[in-house]
Amino acid sequence: MLDVIWLIPAFPLVGFLLILLFGRRLGEPRSGYLASAMVLASFVVSVGAYFDLVSMNEEERSHVETLFSWVPVDSLQIDMAFLADPLSITMCLFVTGIGFLIHLFAIGYMHGDPKFSKFFLYLNLFVLSMTLLVLGENLLVTFLGWEGVGTCSYLLISFWHTKDANASAGKKAFVTNRIGDWGFMLAMFLGFQAIGSVSYLDLNLAAESGAIGESTATGIAMLLFVGAVGKSAQLPLYVWLPDAMAGPTPVSALIHAATMVTAGVFLMTRMNPMLFASAPEVSVIIAWVGAITALFAATIAVAQTDIKKVLAFSTVSQLGYMFLAVGSGAFVAAIFHMVTHAFFKALMFLGSGSVIHGMHEEQDMRKMGALRKVMPVTAGTFIIGWLAIAGVPPFAGFWSKDEILLFTLAERGPVLYAIGLITAVLTAFYMTRQVIMVFFGEARWGSHANEAEAAQLDPADADADADDASADATPVETHGAHGEFKPHESPPIMLFPLVVLAGLAMVGGIIQLPSFGFIPSGWRHRLEDWLHPVVRVGEAEITDTSAYDAKGLLALLAIACALAGIAAAVAIYAKKMAEPIEPEILADGWGYDRAISAFMGGPGRKAFDAIAWFDKTIIDGAVNGAATTISKSAGVIRRGQTGNVRNYAGIVGAGVVLLLAWFVIGRGVV
Amino acid sequence: MSAAMLGAVTPTTTYYLILSALLFGIGAAGLMVRRNPLIMFMCIELMLNAVNLSFVALAVRFGNIDGQTAVFFVLVVAAAEVVVGLGLIISVLKRRPGATADDLAELRG
Repeated sequence: MLDVIWLIPAFPLVGFLLILLFGRRLGEPRSGYLASAMVLASFVVSVGAYFDLVSMNEEERSHVETLFSWVPVDSLQIDMAFLADPLSITMCLFVTGIGFLIHLFAIGYMHGDPKFSKFFLYLNLFVLSMTLLVLGENLLVTFLGWEGVGTCSYLLISFWHTKDANASAGKKAFVTNRIGDWGFMLAMFLGFQAIGSVSYLDLNLAAESGAIGESTATGIAMLLFVGAVGKSAQLPLYVWLPDAMAGPTPVSALIHAATMVTAGVFLMTRMNPMLFASAPEVSVIIAWVGAITALFAATIAVAQTDIKKVLAFSTVSQLGYMFLAVGSGAFVAAIFHMVTHAFFKALMFLGSGSVIHGMHEEQDMRKMGALRKVMPVTAGTFIIGWLAIAGVPPFAGFWSKDEILLFTLAERGPVLYAIGLITAVLTAFYMTRQVIMVFFGEARWGSHANEAEAAQLDPADADADADDASADATPVETHGAHGEFKPHESPPIMLFPLVVLAGLAMVGGIIQLPSFGFIPSGWRHRLEDWLHPVVRVGEAEITDTSAYDAKGLLALLAIACALAGIAAAVAIYAKKMAEPIEPEILADGWGYDRAISAFMGGPGRKAFDAIAWFDKTIIDGAVNGAATTISKSAGVIRRGQTGNVRNYAGIVGAGVVLLLAWFVIGRGVV
Repeated sequence: MSAAMLGAVTPTTTYYLILSALLFGIGAAGLMVRRNPLIMFMCIELMLNAVNLSFVALAVRFGNIDGQTAVFFVLVVAAAEVVVGLGLIISVLKRRPGATADDLAELRG
């Protein structure tokens, strides 16, 4: 299977081309099935490649499949080549696997949308780009995918572009990502300058052998981190991700939670020898950026009222955890958290999509409540996702978060560990708040319908039931058509992905269990062993620290924090024992967006105006001045062209005389 | 005057060259002062032939045939030039009767 590793991106490419050519004719729902089938095919190839790798010796698990020479320019030789190793196949497995589930979900979610086939066109293009990104053998192929996913992100955020807010959210994402891309490109150039190659294997080998000096490695690592900060929405470039929720919800789940935003973490892991070769301060900076982002975004999530905004800030926060792991040298934990996060966050985004779908495009949590009665499957799966992200054992999120925190304490000390713990409390708190607001308490939806129901209770109920039945048969045609507002459960094609993801969120932790006494040794650290050829550091790095000795205690502390967060939220939002504290400044995201707007509108605007003036007056002035000078002098000189033949003859004659004079007098030729 | 008197003045190469220079000067001056295109054209012919004369004179003087070869060359070029130039001038005069060279100044910058 490793020889045909190129099939993984090829299938979505075929799907993309087919829908591009015949999308309109295929229509709904066939283009959706086609796109899903293509991603499923990629997943099957990934599984095949996985078993191929498993059957090999550990040190052989790195296969380069070269398709063709892409950029052959003198000493710059770049191949279109794919690298199949444990890391890229792990990424492929969860990108295509979760991608397939989200494609299925989208068939139900996008039902009735006039741009149905175009949506799947973009989704397949995204999967193509993402698989290129993770499979690339060198930085340039990855960069191709990197830009591809950025483009798809832009296209899909502003998918419903007739609304101004959606269009500008897309632009915001695109522009912010440019800053990160700048870092990525410079890192690529620097790597090429240092060793004349942009291949991962060459770069990492050079970093390990010391062929790349510490200063160069520091530059490359920092610039790659700038790229990662842009793509993975870390401070200070996180601003685009919350706005990206303007896109359809399957997009939020696929691109802005599970896959694309983790590209930065993937990149840092892929280049981890470079990080070790660079100055130690780089890792410290990464850890701090991650930790502060995690805390910062978690505080904002506490006060959001939009169901998707909570999840968006939660995603930023969880990505912060991953960078905290990267900065603590816990690359395996970062990948582990990336995978479990993909499970439970995709689950919750899809769950919120199901809620939004059932609530007829309502996203405000203050207008929800008690939905568990009408949407039992969505509620049940969402609750599993909630327990996973809150860090309740034995759900997936607990294991990965615990490992990150353990490495943080061992490698980076108590301050960052404390930030991580506080974030964990906040995470449990805001997720509990969301679950209570959406699925429990009293129903706050359809208040006007309630009034009507209060007036004539029984007929209204019967009416609503009939409505519900018809809604089940043809959900979309009845949207907004009926007078009374009644949420409904989503169709099976949307519930199936939810159930599968809920299962994964429950047991996902199994891939990397810690070394606790009660866990059989064969089940411990499977991901670490699997990734070992790519990531050579693991638990062995920290076994001699005091933090490691107390890891059981730390796990209990983490559980206590999670339970404390949950209990606080239950007390406030369910039992109403205290007034909720949701300061305006948190709902406003600490005013970060407004600060940027104010800065860009005030001093920034002035600076741009000054630059525009400089450009117009000095730069353009120099160019235009040169042109004017030439034109003016030409106006003078051209008067010599009289068009009068006799004048010309005279000038020729004079020239002959002068030439003769020069020969005779000057050269003495007689 | 008798043949003896004529024979007394034996023409040397210098005479021919002076004559050639005079003819050339007349041609050049005529080209610059006259406006009638036909006259200007004749002036050009005059200059060409002045040069031919000096070629022949010098060829005889040095006993070298190269000068005479050059004359034939010039004659051929002059003939070709007459065909083209005279054709142009006649067609211009047909279109604008009585036009002078100064009137034909459309290429003024």
